[in-house]
Amino acid sequence: MSDLFGWDLLVSALRMSLPLMFAAFGGLLSERSGVVNIALEGKMLFGAFAGASVAALTGSAAWGWSAAFIAGALAGLLYSALVIEGKSDQIVAGTALNIMAIGFIPFLSKVLFNSTGSTTTLPLEARFTWQPFAWAAATIAVVILVIHRTRAGLWISFAGENPMALKSVGVSVRSLRRWCLLLGGGIAGWGGATLSMALASSYSPLMTSGRGFIALAALIAGRWAPIPTIFTCFGFGLVDSLQIRLQGVHIGAYQVPVQFVQIFPYLLTLALLAGFVGSSRPPKALGKGLDGEDLA
Amino acid sequence: MRIPRQIPRWAPPMLGLVIALSLTLIAGENPFHVAMILFKSAFGSNYDLGLTLFYTTPLIFTGLSVAVAFQGGLFNIGAEGQLLMAAGAAAGVGVLAPHLPPVLAPLIALGAALCMGGLWGAIAGWLKARRGTHEVIVTILLNFIAAGLTSWWVLEIIPNPHSQNPESAIVAPAFQFKTWDPLARFFPDTGLSLAFALALFAAFAVWIAINRTVWGFEVRSVGANHEAAARSGIPVSRRQIQAMFVAGLLSAGVAFTEVLGHSGQFKIGFSPEYGFIGIAVALLAANRPGGIVLAAFLLGALHKGASELDLETETITRDFSKVIQALIIAAVGIRLSTRKFAPPAEDQP
Repeated sequence: MSDLFGWDLLVSALRMSLPLMFAAFGGLLSERSGVVNIALEGKMLFGAFAGASVAALTGSAAWGWSAAFIAGALAGLLYSALVIEGKSDQIVAGTALNIMAIGFIPFLSKVLFNSTGSTTTLPLEARFTWQPFAWAAATIAVVILVIHRTRAGLWISFAGENPMALKSVGVSVRSLRRWCLLLGGGIAGWGGATLSMALASSYSPLMTSGRGFIALAALIAGRWAPIPTIFTCFGFGLVDSLQIRLQGVHIGAYQVPVQFVQIFPYLLTLALLAGFVGSSRPPKALGKGLDGEDLA
Repeated sequence: MRIPRQIPRWAPPMLGLVIALSLTLIAGENPFHVAMILFKSAFGSNYDLGLTLFYTTPLIFTGLSVAVAFQGGLFNIGAEGQLLMAAGAAAGVGVLAPHLPPVLAPLIALGAALCMGGLWGAIAGWLKARRGTHEVIVTILLNFIAAGLTSWWVLEIIPNPHSQNPESAIVAPAFQFKTWDPLARFFPDTGLSLAFALALFAAFAVWIAINRTVWGFEVRSVGANHEAAARSGIPVSRRQIQAMFVAGLLSAGVAFTEVLGHSGQFKIGFSPEYGFIGIAVALLAANRPGGIVLAAFLLGALHKGASELDLETETITRDFSKVIQALIIAAVGIRLSTRKFAPPAEDQP
């Protein structure tokens, strides 16, 4: 039992929570500015693919990391075009973007690598080890500073709570939300790249396996606030790494089926949300257009 | 600036299709060639048409499922989980109760599937109505949980002893109604079965329930404005839970066509995300049951058509049907016209 719970577990929990932290903080920017973001999964996938394939093609982890941000940001821009310019229902547009990622990545992969499977394994020098930790810490620090200490942060909160008030002082809510989606998309892209360039050594199809949705759940359970969101993400990372260790564990003579261990994080999320969200309040204008019309 | 309503209903999906096909230029393919392959593969022969209708069947069920929830103002992303749980129940009855009499047997298995699917939908409805947990997140989580539970159920409780594949044992012959199924005789070896007729019937029943009953009116009122509905005395929470229960029932129809009507077993991964394609179907049809049958046919044809892309082109694979789907959904979702696609949901995640 001592090797089950220890220093080692904390480190592995932190590793597993990194993709979630990136995605949740990307989502935090967009949701605090008033745009529902169930497209995090798709943005992570784009980031994971762009990161691993550019790192493989250039042999440079830095280029891969940049490409992941750009891919996520482009996905965010596309999403903003749909929901801001196109006034699309935000959940519909998010679903479209997620399906798009599932279909478009094999298409690109076939054109670039003549294969729809995993990308080539990255050599050591094109992979990241500790760097995602540093990037995550920096990103989180910057987001917290911006949200709580700058005028832009105040504007973002107003865009999410009372967009008309912001409009009346001459700030463009549309362009503010567009920037939040673009930067948030890039950050979520890093979440994907953490998976494909650091936790694994290549992109494999659908490798995010629902982490975008888990990150969204972590954001909601963290009540859209940065510090609690760090903790909920870490919580999921902890459950995830425990889950890996608990496979094959026995309770008395009964071996717990691996599937039960696997669904545990989802059950926990469900329980958390059912217990928590009653008392948490989303940004008032979340999912609303400028005229107050429902867009989600 | 609103573009008035003269944009015809078929225009956005066509636009999505055209944009998607143009993308094939990047890969050095001729879009017209790709379109021809899709068309020929979907309708080229009696066999192809049968397969297209076979793929249409589950999409009618999941499209209806998403649409009924939509009418109640709820976004059901959980059709996938609901159909998996239902398929697990149907396969379970078929494997564990092999001595049920013919004709009755598939009906009992269908009943079990309906219970399980309805329950799985109602859980999401209950959490939404009583705990205020957003149904989008809940149904997504329930999808993962359903995938895990059915995987355990199929591999540990009712596994196929004669195969290394991840699949359940074959249900008893009494359950496999394709032996006396008239539709299956018209389209041999395609998997098409009476389940297709059941899907059409379900579409008709949903139309009646939504448009011609007090219950349907109340569900639509809850979807349109739940506060106004509450003030006029409609039990909002109960209608929301019921709408999700019915959504689960409809998803369960997939178990009938896939497990009982076709393979006779639960194969892990049998659903190419029918639940998610159902969202596209409901959106395309603006939640109207008649439109859902047509939209399901369109996307069923797309799914069948894409199966030939791997062989017939150098660079386009079957995954490309997802790109087409995504662009169709995106194009339909954009509100350039005054049409509304879904009743507004309330508090958001």
